[in-house]
Amino acid sequence: MNALARLRPTHLTSTGIVYLVLVLVLVLGAVITAAAGRNFFSTGNISAILTGTSILGFIAIGQTLVILAGSLDLSVPYVASLASLLGGVTMAGQTCNIPLAVITALGVAALIGLVSGLVVAYLHVHGFIATLGMGLILSGYLGTNFKGSAGSAPRDFRLIGALNIGPVPLSTIIMLVCAVLVILLLRRTRVGHHLYAVGGSKDVARLSGVRTQPPIVLAHVLCSVLAGMAGLLLLARLSVGSPTIGTQGGYDLMSIAAVVLGGTVLAGGKGNILGTLGGVAIFAVMDNVMGVMQLNAFLQDVVRGLVIVLAVAVYARRNADLRPARFDRSRAPRHTPAPTTAGSAA
Amino acid sequence: MTSNDAVAPTASTPTQPVLRATGLTKRFFGNPVLEDVTLELHPGQVHGLVGENGAGKSTLMKVLAGVHQPDEGTVEIDGQAQQFSHPIQAQQAGLSTVFQEFNLLPDRTVAENIYLGREPRRGPLVDTAAMRRDTSELLDGLGVTGLDPDRTVRSLSVAEQQIVEIAKAVSYDSRIISMDEPTAALADHEVELLYAIIRRLLDRDVAILYVSHRLKEIFDLCDTITVLKDGQQVTTQPASELDEGALVRLMVGREMSAFFPQPTPGTEVGEPLLTLSGSGNGYVDGVDLTLRAGEIVGLAGLQGSGRTELVESIFGVTPLTRGTLTLDGETTMISSPRQAIRRGLALITEDRKAKGLALGQSVLDNALGVVRSVFPGRTGEARTSMPGVLSSLEVAARSLDQEVQFLSGGNQQKVVLARWLSVDPRVMLMDEPTRGIDVGAKHAIYELMRGLAADGVGILMVSSELPEVIGMSDRILVMRDGRLAGDLPRGATEEDVLALATGADEHEEVVA
Repeated sequence: MNALARLRPTHLTSTGIVYLVLVLVLVLGAVITAAAGRNFFSTGNISAILTGTSILGFIAIGQTLVILAGSLDLSVPYVASLASLLGGVTMAGQTCNIPLAVITALGVAALIGLVSGLVVAYLHVHGFIATLGMGLILSGYLGTNFKGSAGSAPRDFRLIGALNIGPVPLSTIIMLVCAVLVILLLRRTRVGHHLYAVGGSKDVARLSGVRTQPPIVLAHVLCSVLAGMAGLLLLARLSVGSPTIGTQGGYDLMSIAAVVLGGTVLAGGKGNILGTLGGVAIFAVMDNVMGVMQLNAFLQDVVRGLVIVLAVAVYARRNADLRPARFDRSRAPRHTPAPTTAGSAA
Repeated sequence: MTSNDAVAPTASTPTQPVLRATGLTKRFFGNPVLEDVTLELHPGQVHGLVGENGAGKSTLMKVLAGVHQPDEGTVEIDGQAQQFSHPIQAQQAGLSTVFQEFNLLPDRTVAENIYLGREPRRGPLVDTAAMRRDTSELLDGLGVTGLDPDRTVRSLSVAEQQIVEIAKAVSYDSRIISMDEPTAALADHEVELLYAIIRRLLDRDVAILYVSHRLKEIFDLCDTITVLKDGQQVTTQPASELDEGALVRLMVGREMSAFFPQPTPGTEVGEPLLTLSGSGNGYVDGVDLTLRAGEIVGLAGLQGSGRTELVESIFGVTPLTRGTLTLDGETTMISSPRQAIRRGLALITEDRKAKGLALGQSVLDNALGVVRSVFPGRTGEARTSMPGVLSSLEVAARSLDQEVQFLSGGNQQKVVLARWLSVDPRVMLMDEPTRGIDVGAKHAIYELMRGLAADGVGILMVSSELPEVIGMSDRILVMRDGRLAGDLPRGATEEDVLALATGADEHEEVVA
């Protein structure tokens, strides 16, 4: 079996491509930064890049889950803003309020995700619409109830945003722990397998005896909770909650872009968290280099836009028309398994 | 019990039937598609199910599998009456079905597909190692080697996908497996592999219900054969009492009706319009054909023989890469549907809803779709004449603004025709032009085809319905395995076509 596997040309997986691009961006970034007379690999700069990954990382991990399940979440920036406000107001500068504040913020986020998930799974409203509506509702609530920043994070909580272990910020470590847990969920739990199945084809999943709703609901709940965590991290960094912090970051579209850049198929059913982390890292490195180069904001957006579109064009080419050919002369004939009676496959 | 004396198992295996279906009847919208069908499946035996398209084979399988519920009749497994409302229930009772269309997730691995919904666990986590090991054992048990459980289904050949599908059915510990044309997409050497798997299943006393159009396979594998025609059970006999000729006669067994209009008087077969010589690409190979003005040529063949691929290749959907294509005496290349349309070709697609129409758009917008995009200068003219065209086709729509999704299949197909008539094609490629439409609309489309031929249009018609192929074609081309297997003149019989399509002709020559 292994002998035959070795005969096959080794294909680069989409995650492989993502990390290849990341390496390319890193090398390019190092060269450009060096040309500008700065050290790309200085502890400070690496720490800055990693800090840049953590907030988008949380949101993009959640977004990967909903996209894999065949849905989408556009309400994440509002959930993040709301979590930062709920957290800040509940803490009110007191260390002893931190546990309650975290539970409140994440609990409300989970509830929002639960509602979106139920609407998507049971009312068959596409996630795009369901979460667009949810986002509008939250936006209205935030706009009428909070005229500006509110609440305050105590010093102990602010440390989460400021502490570094070596060059690695604590916030990045928390984000990576979440990523590992979600990878475990996707690879090693039934609901994770079923999430891929439901996103790939609801009919196939149903015919195989899978209940199709729970994975969708779970994906939305987790996505919302992760957006809530991003909001709390923003609170730790800014020390106040803000009704516009989520939308300012453009986390809805940026997270979708990172997921797609990471090789996850927008239609669902194919992709993984590692790719998404690669996508987030590519954005963080690009932002860092463009910041160092003091590229103007317009050009920065142009570069980001081009990278996203080019990446997806590459994936689309790879996936184009995979109907197996009957008469393909350009490739060797396909290997077909043989009955054992015919002898061993050596 | 008394009603199925004819189903007595062959003398060598005096077993109890594992499945007994009695008096199964199924109606769709009042039309019976299955009437009073009775059959028994025995452990370790293959029961063949044959019949023409529309004879009710697939419906019977779906009723047994729990996809459809019978209106009358009973299904017993091991003597216990069963009522399935979902395929999962049938699987749990020991009956799995390998449907014609694959039920696999292309981006998941072989192991993940086979154990979907039943992933083995250790503690709260999925035991992926066990899943892989079980998959290997399962495949080993079927005599399959070299199929890595970790490969994604997308990377497999069609034959390998078919094996995964069968392995999945086996993994439910099914004692009954029904297979709907499992070889439709397989090449000859791959069929051998399937045979080997089926023999292993029979050694384990699995009962198999086997649907195939390929009669050779039926005789290679089956102990008992049931013939269906128009939803009725023509016969159930031991295979040893039948031969291919007898089977084809039982399947066809009807008088050619006067249903098909004769060629319009004055229709002249003229100059060649479209000529292919040695043409091929990834899907078809070595195709030589000539289509003349005023001619209706039928393109017959089994499911998966490459008929749709051929017309799509001519139309530039998957362009031809080998051979030469001559249009009006001029050698040319067609590399996109747009080019094809500009050169006077039209393609009526097999799947009207997915590829033929924009369902949410109006009748008028659909009818003008091709003119607008390819000949924008002629849109105004087409718009003026369209109401006349639609009414001459007798399209029954409330208004030109009605969305086509609310029309019946026959009326939708007429809108498709109007869409193409508005660009005056010289060559019309029609893929299953009357699939799923009522008799009245069928007749109207046949008349229209005759009328177009009289006007000098050349028509290449793909059809799975043999009476239609024979009734409408001036000549019949038969495809097999992506190549043209033969060319039959008008007056050929269904037996002739089937013989070429199944390769039974070669088989008989060997016998003779």
